[in-house]
Parts: sequence; C-alpha cells; structure tokens
Amino acid sequence: MRPVYMITGGITKFAKSLPEKDFRRTVKDAFDYALADLPGLGRDQIDGSVCSYFSDHFTRQLMAGAMVQDYLGLNPKPSRRVEGGGATGGLCFQSAWESVASGRMEVCLAMGFETMGRVNTWKGNEFIALASDTNFDYPVGGFYTGYYAMMVRRHMHEFGTTVEQMAKVAVKNHLNALHNRYAQRPAKLTIEEVRSSPMVAEPLTILDCCQMSEGAAVAVLASEEMAQKLGGVPVRVSGVGAGTDAMRMADRPRGEVILLPHEEKDPYLDLKYPGVHSFRGGRVAAKLAYLMAGIKDPRLELDFVELHDAYTSSEIQTCEDLGLCRYGEGGSFVDSGAPFLPNLDYGLAFSGTKGWRPLPVNPSGGLLACGHPVGATGLMQAVFAFWQLQGTIGKHLGSGVLQLPDPRRGLIHSHAGTGTYITVSIMEKV
Amino acid sequence: MDMDAKLAESEEGTILFSTDPIIVKHHYEIDYLHSYAQDSPFFAGLTKKKLMGSHCSACGRRYATPRGHCMECGEPTEWFELPLKGRVHTFTTCHFGGEAFLKDTPFTLILVEFDEVDTLFLSRLIGTRPGEVLIGMQVRARFLRNCKFKPTDVYFVAV
Repeated sequence: MRPVYMITGGITKFAKSLPEKDFRRTVKDAFDYALADLPGLGRDQIDGSVCSYFSDHFTRQLMAGAMVQDYLGLNPKPSRRVEGGGATGGLCFQSAWESVASGRMEVCLAMGFETMGRVNTWKGNEFIALASDTNFDYPVGGFYTGYYAMMVRRHMHEFGTTVEQMAKVAVKNHLNALHNRYAQRPAKLTIEEVRSSPMVAEPLTILDCCQMSEGAAVAVLASEEMAQKLGGVPVRVSGVGAGTDAMRMADRPRGEVILLPHEEKDPYLDLKYPGVHSFRGGRVAAKLAYLMAGIKDPRLELDFVELHDAYTSSEIQTCEDLGLCRYGEGGSFVDSGAPFLPNLDYGLAFSGTKGWRPLPVNPSGGLLACGHPVGATGLMQAVFAFWQLQGTIGKHLGSGVLQLPDPRRGLIHSHAGTGTYITVSIMEKV
Repeated sequence: MDMDAKLAESEEGTILFSTDPIIVKHHYEIDYLHSYAQDSPFFAGLTKKKLMGSHCSACGRRYATPRGHCMECGEPTEWFELPLKGRVHTFTTCHFGGEAFLKDTPFTLILVEFDEVDTLFLSRLIGTRPGEVLIGMQVRARFLRNCKFKPTDVYFVAV
C-alpha cells in the first residue's frame, strides 16, 4: 500500500429538506466547491469515484449513484456504490482510500448524499429501523432511538452515567455549530432545555438525537505524486480501521475488553464486554487505525475527533471505544471539559481535566447539530477534519472560531446500526 | 396507421404539495412473500406458547434470539425451549417511533435475560406505569391466543 492524501473536499448546507435540488444537484454543488478550492484539479484528473447513500427507500431511485456519476460528467470512468447504514460515508471514504492505496487509481472521488426529507419523519424512522433485523427487532417496535435508549440505560446502570452528562454533549455540539454555517440545528442550549425538550425514548429527548437531513459531501483522495502535482495543502490519511458486530444488539456476546496499546487489563476485570453498553466494532476499528497510523496513546497523539454522535449517549460511549478515556469514564470525561473547545463559553462549570488533555470532540457540531444525511455524514467529517488540518476553517465556515491552533492529527469515526459497521480514519497534517 | 391516435383522458389527478419546485405525492406500497426460513420453528413455537432459543452443541453457546448457525464457531445450532421467566436487562419507553408503531406509543421495550442463556431477547413489556420498570426486575412471557406469526405474539409482564 502506498500513502494516500486528501487533496480537497466540499459540502452543502444540511437541512431537513432541500426540495429545490435533487440528489444529483446537491452532490454536484459539493463537487464544484471541492474543484473550485483546488484549481489544479479538473474532472480529467479524476480516475473514478465511489458513491455513498444509505437507503434506496429514501431515494426511490435504484442506481442513484450511477445518476450522480452521470450528472457530474464522470462517465465512462469507473464508479461503484458502497452502503453500510450510518457508516456508509466512512466506508465510502475508506473505499476511495483503498482505490488509491492499491494503485488502482491516482485520484479517486468519494461522494455521498441522502434525501431524507422526501418522507415524513415517522416514515423515515421506519426506513432507518429496517436496518435492524426484520424478523426479530423491527416488528417489536423498530425504532433506532429506542435501541440507543436501551443501550445507554445499561451504560448508566453499569457505570453511573447521567442524563446531565448526556445533555452536556448536546450543549457542546449545538453551541459549536453556531460557528458552522453548514450546520442544520445550531443552538445555545442549557442542560435544563435539553432535559425538558420532548421525550423521544427514555432517557433520550429530542435534543439528545440528531435529525433527518438532506445534503451532500465529497472528498477527493490522491496518491503522493498527484497530491504534489495538483498543489494545494494536502492532508495525509495515515490510518484506516473498521470493525463490525452482530446486527441484533440482543446477540452481543459478553467477554473480555479488547485493549488498545495504552490500556491495561486491570481496570476491566469485572466488566462484561461489550454487552449492550459498548461498541466492540468501534474499538476494533480504532485499534486497527491506531496500529496503521503508529498511534500508541490516542489521548496524547490526537488533537481533535469528529465522531458519529447520532445520540448524545453514543458520543459518550464512543469516546470510551476510541480510548479517549477508560470504559465507564465517558460521562466524567464530559464533566471534565476535555472534549469542549477552550475558546467558547458553554455556560457550564467543568470539573477539570483529571489528567485528560483538552481534546475537542466534534468541534464542527457533529451529527447532533450539523445533521446526518447518512451517506454524506462520514464524508462531512472528513471535510471538516481536512479543513481543520489545513488551517482553513475560517475561510470555509465564514468564521475562524472553530479553528484549532495548529492541529497535527485528527480522527474521524463513522458508525452504523447499533454498532454494526464502524470505521475510524486518521488524518494528519503533512 | 392511425395518424390521429389519441390516449383516453381520465379523471385522476395528482396531489401537489408545492408548485415551485413542483412536489407531487408519490404512493408506493408492496407486499412481500417473506419466509422466516430457518427461523420458522421460533414462530411455530409461539403458536404453542413456547419461546424457542438455539443451542450450539459444539461450543455450548445458548442464544435467546435464535440463529441457525452459531455466531462464535459457525456450527449448526439445535432448538431448545427457553424458560418463560427472565429479568429486565435494559429498557426504554418510546414516545415516538416509526409510522407503523405510532398508534402503540408510549410502549416499553425491554431486553430480557434468562438464566444460563448467553444472549438476550427483545420484547415489549406491558402493564407497568412510568417509573415502575427497573433493571433486574423479574418478568414473565405471555402469548397472544390469536397468533400473528410475529415476534410480538410474545410479550412480557412483571412477575
């Protein structure tokens, strides 16, 4: 395998519904943005593409990816679709990475979208729930927020995690998004407002959950030679990892914790893992990505994380899977203030870092506030991470508030099902 | 050749939500011939008020939600009867959901754990009021008399 670089990216504004433009046109907008941001790159230099979108039910158009390829003027170059639930975008990014790393392509376009506003929210919930076992799970009351509510209820039982800690995640991500013009639901919130918003599935309120979204995102990956030739400020994709787990969370086995390089067995002797409280696939994805990127201690070697916070609870669970803190410490990690941006006033009191170095999690606002147009989401994270590492947040978001001072290395994390497909990719400043 | 050929007109119209852009209502409905295939004995069990799990005689794993082959070792599993009493492993009450289930809200979902069984079973818990459900609470299975051949033919109540 050879080194792979992200050389440009683009996204559209995310919104509940974008009826003025169809999926082809939204991807085209994101694509044109990416091309305009790297003038050396034209369609001629793109060898092929990978397209990501989750649900044919939402598109009501099979082979929609082929129509995007066509609309972007990329025929007759190679293209394919990847799909893996919520992780569709992350899988697409890694599929494009493989195309370049393997030498099959010099420049590969990863492009994703979702059109969730074409049905009402309750019908959309049904479509999403069809990504759970349709023999045993879906008919019982198939509803992803219900599944995640059960998972976090067990997390609370095992580790003492609180709804206030979850609410702090909502406060953080929505406030960060106030400085991100692409975000769907930016807001200044209080813990009380999160808790008193309408209950969806106990203990998750509507502000603990991401929304239905439409929008598109693209990332262009290239070999070292082409990255140098095309100019701009490339960012290296230095590690990729992916993991899986049983579709039915009822089937999750209970064994020993899979350890990351900086962890020891001792704290986990009594923990039945992963149970329904943790995501084993996320832990494996992180482990593989850290191995490839040469990361020994993610707490010290990452400067920011863009992770799949479809729910406030899953951000807490995922921080543990990624080894940003120990299993069981996700709530305390939030209380400490470590995942918050140091330059923003969240109206919260923090307990101090307790040895945790500040490590912003979802500085963009994450899925909770930016939105979750499924096939675009994992690519949106890549674009925000790319801009962070380039130091161009101010240029792209219209405000430099979210720009971290000289970040060297970031992590992006994409997540499907109840932890069924998960990807982790590491991006580094060159 | 009929140079004046003309399609017959109809009285049917199109439901419009907007004219700029034009947004029309598109109806889509489908009936599947869905086979439970190797999971069928579980649904047959429901008609006899039995909960059927699977057991792997190769590695000893016991699954509360059945599967034809063992997730750990890949060997074929055998059917066994689950106890009709278990405990709440975790729970939630849904106040919103997919369209098909909105009429049921609020409804309570539980994952049931059984003694000597390695995995869990998703079901609904009925008859409890807010605040009454607890992790570890004893529950027992009840069955619909008029079987629908759906996993909701079994549900749980507090013991």
